[in-house]
Amino acid sequence: MNVDALIILALIIPFCGAALIPLAHGAPNVRETITLVTATGLFATVMLLLREVMAGARPSYSVIEVTPGLEIAFAIEPLGMLFAAIASTLWIVTSVYSIGYMRGNNEPRQTSYYVWFAIALGAATGIAFSGNLFTLFLFYEILSVSTYPLVAHKGNEEAKRGARVYLMMLIGASLVLFLPAIVWTFVVAGTLDFTPGGILEGNIGPIATGFLLALFAFGIGKAAVMPLHYWLPTAMVAPTPVSALLHAVAVVKAGVFTVTKVIFYIFGIDFLSETGANEWLVILSSIGLLAASLVALNKDNLKARLAYSTVSQLAYVVLGAALASSLAVVGAGLHIAMHAAGKITLFFCAGAIYTASKKTEVSQLDGIGWRMPFTMAAFFIGALCVIGVPPLGGVWSKWHLMAGAYEAGYAPVVAVLMISTLLNIAYLLPPVIRAFLMPPTDGYKGGLKEAPLASVGALSLTAVFCLLLFFYADAIRGLLAEMLVY
Amino acid sequence: MIADHLPALQVVLPLVAATVCAMVDRRHVAYVIALLTSFAMPLIAVALLIQVLDQGVISYAMGGWEPPIGIEYRIDVANAFVLVILSLVAALIMPYAARSVAAEIPENKQAWFYCMYLLCLSGLLGITITGDAFNAFVFLEISSLATYVLIAMGADRRALLAAFQYLVMGTIGATFYVVGVGLLYTMTGTLNFADIAARLQELDIETSRPVLAALAFITVGIGLKVAMFPLHAWLPNAYAGAPSVATAFLAATATKVAVYLLLRYFYTIFGFDVVFVQHPVAQVLLILAVAGMFAGSLIAIFQDNIKRMLAWSSVAQIGYILLGVSLINHTALTGGIVHLFNHALIKGALFFAVGGFALMAGTVRISQLAGIGRTMPVTMAAFVLAGLSLIGVPGTVGFVSKWYLVLGAFEAGMWWVGFLILITSLLAVVYLGRVVEVAFFRDPEGGAAKAIEPPLSMLAPTWILVAACIVFGIDAELTAGTAMQAASVLIEGLR
Amino acid sequence: MIEAIPDLVHHYNHWVSIFLMVCGLYIVVARGNMVKKLVGLTVFQTAVFLLYISAGKILGGTPPIIAEGYEHYANPLPHVLILTAIVVGVATLAVGLGLVVRINEAFGTIEEEEIFERGEQE
Repeated sequence: MNVDALIILALIIPFCGAALIPLAHGAPNVRETITLVTATGLFATVMLLLREVMAGARPSYSVIEVTPGLEIAFAIEPLGMLFAAIASTLWIVTSVYSIGYMRGNNEPRQTSYYVWFAIALGAATGIAFSGNLFTLFLFYEILSVSTYPLVAHKGNEEAKRGARVYLMMLIGASLVLFLPAIVWTFVVAGTLDFTPGGILEGNIGPIATGFLLALFAFGIGKAAVMPLHYWLPTAMVAPTPVSALLHAVAVVKAGVFTVTKVIFYIFGIDFLSETGANEWLVILSSIGLLAASLVALNKDNLKARLAYSTVSQLAYVVLGAALASSLAVVGAGLHIAMHAAGKITLFFCAGAIYTASKKTEVSQLDGIGWRMPFTMAAFFIGALCVIGVPPLGGVWSKWHLMAGAYEAGYAPVVAVLMISTLLNIAYLLPPVIRAFLMPPTDGYKGGLKEAPLASVGALSLTAVFCLLLFFYADAIRGLLAEMLVY
Repeated sequence: MIADHLPALQVVLPLVAATVCAMVDRRHVAYVIALLTSFAMPLIAVALLIQVLDQGVISYAMGGWEPPIGIEYRIDVANAFVLVILSLVAALIMPYAARSVAAEIPENKQAWFYCMYLLCLSGLLGITITGDAFNAFVFLEISSLATYVLIAMGADRRALLAAFQYLVMGTIGATFYVVGVGLLYTMTGTLNFADIAARLQELDIETSRPVLAALAFITVGIGLKVAMFPLHAWLPNAYAGAPSVATAFLAATATKVAVYLLLRYFYTIFGFDVVFVQHPVAQVLLILAVAGMFAGSLIAIFQDNIKRMLAWSSVAQIGYILLGVSLINHTALTGGIVHLFNHALIKGALFFAVGGFALMAGTVRISQLAGIGRTMPVTMAAFVLAGLSLIGVPGTVGFVSKWYLVLGAFEAGMWWVGFLILITSLLAVVYLGRVVEVAFFRDPEGGAAKAIEPPLSMLAPTWILVAACIVFGIDAELTAGTAMQAASVLIEGLR
Repeated sequence: MIEAIPDLVHHYNHWVSIFLMVCGLYIVVARGNMVKKLVGLTVFQTAVFLLYISAGKILGGTPPIIAEGYEHYANPLPHVLILTAIVVGVATLAVGLGLVVRINEAFGTIEEEEIFERGEQE
């Protein structure tokens, strides 16, 4: 089969799924089968593409030129391939988990939930494979819009408020900052194509480069660069699988992926480090990284704590991209993968705890480990992965980030990363310690009381991913390293 | 050959049809006549556009009297484009009108409604096609008088007030226009657009105050019809009060034609140098456009009546179009012109959807439309997609317009204008988001709970417009390409 | 300054028109009674008609007849234009008065203030 056609197939599958799901409105089993089949189909297609890309192919496909200079075109490069692989893998797991969660909690409007989920995944695939900024922006906005109903899913005042903040901040930043950045890029460079080595060199002065970078960094609101992170904790009102989608599968990953891609393919890391226009972003993301960790430390609500942890971890990726050194960019790419696996496990666990015992606060978790051993064990693994302890995947990305910081001549950043790791430990391990070492406070007598099998299965699987990533990190690193050869 | 007389047919056909409607005074017969006439319009307009693209400017001497003495119909890419917009909207609106008019207008007046609609259409087409300044005034008044009556047919008695208010302001505007034309005539001795343009070149305009006075009078006069901020006061009441079909028709067409006429005066008659280089018209226009964008969008946020909300949004959108004019470069002008078309599609679709709410749920108040997204999902989906176009989400026509406008702003070195454009887009997210939230995240109650989808005759035109919003958003070659040519034609003038 | 005076006097027809125009506009703005508004509107329009007609007039000119002895004749075109404009003006007035009748039926008054006071305007 033609490799280029695979790109289109990968894009069409989720949207077809979204179109088919409403037809099975009255039959939940059929509906969820469609979801799973769609997810598997996407996964298979992406894996076929991955094989080709690993073998050195760079498939591309141009759909249509909207107006001169604005083209809907796709081109696969290693970073996008990695993002698509993560998103499509985690979609299957999330779908399985969703079935357990949505049924277990008797959520309303499940059909529209699955529809919007499929559209969001289609958009994420589009972002991953986009060959130029316009195409990326197109799918970026589709992702924002399609996740809005998911965040507002519960339909109560709090959910509507959260969704409003979510939409306004993401669309707002993208329209007011990201789009002007794209226009500016087009005006100075005359093209929007992602080109290894960047397209801006020689077209724009160092000060302007700094401003342009700021427009991109803040405009891509999904990357939750402080102080534009506010939407992320607010969006925690959404059902847990949606949080997983936001935090691990698609949304924030799309954000940091876009930042990395822009820095690498629009600015070019050599150009950026020569001009020094990236310095402020390195400093800002370092501060953001520590600040978010400190906030997470003070959150008792488990999901809120995880949300701030995400803000902090996203800052790692942005930092990696901003350092503009080859090792750090690889580290940023790796961290997208590692954090996805770790954070999705943590969220699944938080959701499973809620489904099984309706507990939402860290302080309520005393002794829960004996009632839900699988869940809490997975939580432990996920936490260690995010912290970056061997033998879990997270260690590799942190290693590359630190090495990259050193390589780029930012020695203090290495210290920041170390302190942040300590903070990670301080806010991620207490739930585990409480769960296993504290006596239960709610009159628990013994016996297992886990979440539905689909949920536990999904979270165990992602915990296994965390482990596997430690051993297979080199494959990812190898893939990403090909980016650097141009 | 009938093909030679297409320019005359374009205007005369609806005019004659309107008279026939008035004479038979049978609502079904009148409807069929209006429907057939409306279907004929795009055929003629597209034929004209193709002819223009093939052979260049068409000059048609009305009644065989040669210009500049006789009235000339002159069609270039710019007005052929506007003709196509007008006639396409007309052809879509008539199938839609049947059910909506039957429900909103008393039976004995329905034939008159179609008569007035045809007169209005004829007037708008006439303004667009004519190459004669005074003839344009006559058509302006034909369309305006018909519009006043259309608005007054609204079910609410406040529609009468709106119509009267518009009549007073519209007449003042038209009279200003006549004053301007009179001054031009005294200075040049001709009324033919091309001829005026040629003779103005020979005059030393700097010392010729009547010509400058004419420019001012004409700008204000047409500005009233355009609903240029701050001359927009008539528009929200008029759109809110008029019957749904009339609102959709007017929103999609009337202001567009006025903008076209303004462009014609700025670029081809007075000329680029006089208007933009020697006098700060562009700067004034820029400020008014931006003020309109913000005022319109901000006020729209606080409206409960969706029709009124969309009317205020129109004030803002007209600001975008004028902004495209005022940035005085090719890219921005392309953006302004393509937005003429795109906004017609978007607002047409939005008002069509709202007409569906009015018919099936009996209300257009946001507070009473709770849960309408669940009882009328197909209509509401159309509303949402058209709304996304209005915001300017990529993949929709709104994005194409904004792309050219923002790009034009950057090219003009006024990047901050680009930001202002996008901030107002954000305000559109707010006012449209309110509708979406109420429609989808509240339980249906009242009229909305019992509502069902409107008939296919209303859904189909709505969705055709929505589909066009997306198709031309993904492949803008046709629209933006034509707009680009039109912009070139305007900037080069009638040479 | 002094030299400008003959110029100003020569164009007295403009001054008359301008005076009438502003009078008309003032009536439209200042009067709440809708019929009076229409009167003002008509005065305003008529002022413009005068502007046109007077511009076509030539001192000592004759009616535009093409025959011997008629060498300086008035420009007929503005007059023809104004015939059209008068028709338009009459039509506007008719529609306006029609609306006022309907407003009177619907609201029981044709005073703008009285209608606004009832909070009819949104």
